[in-house]
Amino acid sequence: MEFAELIKTPRVDGVVLHRPFMPTVEGTLCLTGHHLILSSRQDTTEELWLLHANIDSTEKRFVGSLGTIIVKCKDLRVIQLDIPGMEECLNIASSIEALSTLDSVSLMYPFFYRPLFEVIEDGWQSFVPEESFKDLESMTDEWRLSEVNKDFSLCPSYPSLLTVPKDIDDESLCKAASFRHGGRFPVLSYYHKKNAMVMMRAAQPLTGTNGRRCKEDEKLINATLCAGKRGYIIDTRTIAVAQQAKARGGGFEQEANYPQWRRIHKAIERSNVLQDSLIKLVEACNDQSHSMDRWLSKLEASNWQSNVKEILTTACLAAQCIDREGASVLVHGTEGTDSTLQVTSLAQIILDPACRTIRGFEALIEREWLQAGHPFQQRCAQSAYSNGKPRSEAPVFLLFLDCVWQILRQFPCSFQFNENLLIMLFEHAYASQFGTFLGNCVAERGKLQLSQKTVSLWSWVNRPQELERFLNPLYEPNNLVIWPSVAPQSLLLWEGVFLRWNRSTKCLDEAYQEMVHIIEYNKELQNKVNSLRRQLAQLETEDSPLQTP
Amino acid sequence: MEHIRTPKVEQVKLLDRFSNKSVIGTLHLTATHLIFVESNSTSILHHHIASVEKLSLTTSGCPLLIQCRNFRLVHFVIPRERDCHDIYSSLLRLLRPVSYDELYAFSYNPKQNDQQREEGWQLIDLAAEFERMGVPCDQWQLTDVNREYKVCETYPRDLYVPITASKPIIVGSSKFRSKGRFPVLTYFYQEKKAAVCRCSQPLSGFSARCLEDEHMLQAISKSNHNSRYIYVMDTRPKLNALANRAAGKGYENEDNYSNIRFQFVGIENIHVMRGSLQKLLEVVGTRSLSMTDYLVGLENSGWLRHIKAIMDAAIFLAKAVTVEGASVLVHCSDGWDRTAQVCALGSLLMDPYYRTIKGFMVLIEKDWISFGHKFADRCDQLDPDPKEVSPIFTQFLECVWQLTEQFPQAFEFSEWFLIQIHEHVHSCQFGNFLGNSQRQREVLQLKERTYSLWAHLLSEKQNYLNPVYSPSFAESHPVLEPSTQACHFKFWRNMYHQYDRSMHPRQSILKQVLTFKESNRELEGTVQALKTLWICVLQYHQVSPEASGDVEDEEVFGEEAREDAPASTDGERTVEGSSATENGYGELTGSFGSKNEPAVVTLEFGVARMTC
Repeated sequence: MEFAELIKTPRVDGVVLHRPFMPTVEGTLCLTGHHLILSSRQDTTEELWLLHANIDSTEKRFVGSLGTIIVKCKDLRVIQLDIPGMEECLNIASSIEALSTLDSVSLMYPFFYRPLFEVIEDGWQSFVPEESFKDLESMTDEWRLSEVNKDFSLCPSYPSLLTVPKDIDDESLCKAASFRHGGRFPVLSYYHKKNAMVMMRAAQPLTGTNGRRCKEDEKLINATLCAGKRGYIIDTRTIAVAQQAKARGGGFEQEANYPQWRRIHKAIERSNVLQDSLIKLVEACNDQSHSMDRWLSKLEASNWQSNVKEILTTACLAAQCIDREGASVLVHGTEGTDSTLQVTSLAQIILDPACRTIRGFEALIEREWLQAGHPFQQRCAQSAYSNGKPRSEAPVFLLFLDCVWQILRQFPCSFQFNENLLIMLFEHAYASQFGTFLGNCVAERGKLQLSQKTVSLWSWVNRPQELERFLNPLYEPNNLVIWPSVAPQSLLLWEGVFLRWNRSTKCLDEAYQEMVHIIEYNKELQNKVNSLRRQLAQLETEDSPLQTP
Repeated sequence: MEHIRTPKVEQVKLLDRFSNKSVIGTLHLTATHLIFVESNSTSILHHHIASVEKLSLTTSGCPLLIQCRNFRLVHFVIPRERDCHDIYSSLLRLLRPVSYDELYAFSYNPKQNDQQREEGWQLIDLAAEFERMGVPCDQWQLTDVNREYKVCETYPRDLYVPITASKPIIVGSSKFRSKGRFPVLTYFYQEKKAAVCRCSQPLSGFSARCLEDEHMLQAISKSNHNSRYIYVMDTRPKLNALANRAAGKGYENEDNYSNIRFQFVGIENIHVMRGSLQKLLEVVGTRSLSMTDYLVGLENSGWLRHIKAIMDAAIFLAKAVTVEGASVLVHCSDGWDRTAQVCALGSLLMDPYYRTIKGFMVLIEKDWISFGHKFADRCDQLDPDPKEVSPIFTQFLECVWQLTEQFPQAFEFSEWFLIQIHEHVHSCQFGNFLGNSQRQREVLQLKERTYSLWAHLLSEKQNYLNPVYSPSFAESHPVLEPSTQACHFKFWRNMYHQYDRSMHPRQSILKQVLTFKESNRELEGTVQALKTLWICVLQYHQVSPEASGDVEDEEVFGEEAREDAPASTDGERTVEGSSATENGYGELTGSFGSKNEPAVVTLEFGVARMTC
């Protein structure tokens, strides 16, 4: 298919762009296969380049022959384009509509994007499972790398290499896989070096209504316990939801069959509920006519902050079991691709200082989200402004980022990165020139040949020029476990994302710059002092003969 | 002290409010403080205690619950019931002082002599403040009509009125206003010659009018040539104002006053505010609070709604003055609560001076203390009437905090300055906030018998600095225009949970950046000292700086050094410099520890050479 067929009017002059808190821009609107571009053709004003993939929904209005298109983006921005001429406006609107809802992944921009920078380190090769296994091997020999899922037939959403207990053979793994939803049998998620405890993740066991059991599954998870030790199973669903799952063939681990494990149920919402929560939250944030009462009640009704609190609490619980109780943990929900990953990845940020560095955080996202099979393509197909009935869209990853932001707020000196990195990841998960977040699992990415045909986000982020923007000037590495407060008073609305487009950030940005300046000046002065002192010492030694009278 | 029966109890357990943690220590009761000593000690001023409650006996002892006005809540468990009862009854007596003499301020002694104390009181000079605004001027003058507090006993002695307002007009107007609080100037916006005036409600009832009062408003209007009209802001909800008419009070009838634009603002009264805070504290004090209960509770308390209402009013005032250039007369019922909030906050929006540490003190001194906000009654200092207590001043501080969140570079001070002021409004440790009016303060001879808070705060100014404050921000934003969208108002955790450590970030950006800033100051000194030393050494050897290490010179000294170099031939400057070297050294050891041993040697060496 040619994009040209979809573009009815490629160019319109005299279009006026309105953006909140920015001066209006008049210029020429151009549509390309992947971008909506507005240029005033003056050097002083910046151009607008908007990926069609970033467009969540559009609305059109007419006043006489002046048409207006309101473009609502997945990054939550809302812009308005005034287009003279009814026909032009209709053409533009329908072109945008068609181009922003292309079904085929291979037509996405990442397949057409050619980087304007030199790729120094190929991000596709930056985080390979073999490497992280090497780190594990240096700490323990209890685990092995299994190729049982080499052709993705055992579990389509898992990667080809999986870390499993050494004593469990591939045959047992196959049996355990048949006992878990989607074949997602328990695998290693995190090894806590301090006390050799582990965190595993899986999908729900398929006990069904008649209480099926699977010896291999029991053996598999028991193999991770030290003699005489008990472990915790954290089920991210309430007991009621877990019970209901039995009717559809799912279920939870029965005490009788897993006597060495204590099961704890938490109440993280399912993904379809989360989408509704996001839509309500964004609506509340964008409504400027609110009285205080209405705002607070809408904020409450959206349930977003409750979701943040619940996820963070569950992650803290997992971390507490491991670090404080000295017990191993197995985390699962239903499919093991959403709430499970939120919990395991957040627990690692709390426990493992390496995850708080930029590289470590990227590795965490690669390991616990991309490799672990979070269905990005489905979850991030639409954002808060989608009109249609949600299919499998859900802000699972955004909620994770929000939770990370909450921890970052509470420990502002413990992270190598700042809020910008989190916002950038949110944007790219929903619309990007890079291939990283395309596809739903490793197998799909392989089929799409992403690593050959597209550029990795990490190739771009890890360039020194880009990294600068994401560095936290206050960072001082510490090896501690960081326990965030989950009291509602301690959890804030993530303004950087949700109020980003309806406030002027100039004053806040300038204040941040001033802080950066103070810290940089400090380094500069330290260097100056050291250098001066060195020179004086030098002068001293040169002069010493003169000193003797 | 006669009221203390048991001065010391051992093995007392202090429970954490939100977790299950507890510590064991010794509880001491002194004449002024309740002190709990464990590895670190906690002391609570009696004046800070709002209520003491003895709960029913448990197996581990007798629980004593103490609620403080600075939002601290402590929960002790005392092993023996008798000890608990003794402490309880002593506290009950101690926290209800019956006369002003019993307040802490009259016994507090910071080891200063009389002169230092006097200087402390002279720090804030309101006459100088009006002069700074450009008053007196051709339109506004100082009147001595209230010199003896005869016209209005809750106003200060010195008042500023339009030059055309004669004494009979003033006196007539004051008789038509609640508590005699006639319209006077509180802020003058020089750029547009627009005035912010304040007063209390008129005694208009359903139909009464007063020609003098009408003249008075006319005089205010005429003093501003930029605008044909003045705004009269009644900060109350219309319903409240209407109800007041039945009591012979009320609001201005637009038909009787020429050229006024009348406006209700809708800030609730002290009783509503008191209830609102109570609800808020109940909600946030709940253990294991869910997000839903928190947000619903926050909404039901109405607290942020009230904060927004005050902010909206202040913005209206600031816009009328700065944009329209119109003068504004603000009142509520008595003109000492809502009026103070709106005038003070409005001035702060208009005038960058009030956003500095000194300026903020002046603002509080002017709009709150001198104009008779009833601190003694509102903050429950003495002989409490629970119906008079209300967090009016706390709301003002919170509004300022909300502004600091939106404009991080606009304020010289950080939120800790606001919190500290709040602390001392209730502590009764300093004289500033004692009593209800200036007149009462004079009777109490506070300036002779107590110390000023402002001197104390200035002495520890470094604790309250905002590290990212930019004085040039005032030039680009002389008038602050905050957003009043509901979503931009936040819950002030550091105020209402100041003592609940578990709730706060474990690392503070503010402290971190302050440390950097302090370190920068020290390092600048060190660099200066080392440069001077460098020049000394070179000079001693009569090597010209340009000729010596020219390569390194370039890179280290840059532009600055080249300017400095010729000056080094001037003997006096060099000597002066070497004393700076000594300063630099002191700081050097502080910041670098043992590493600078070589520098020490060098330094003594350099100085020795200079003197010989």
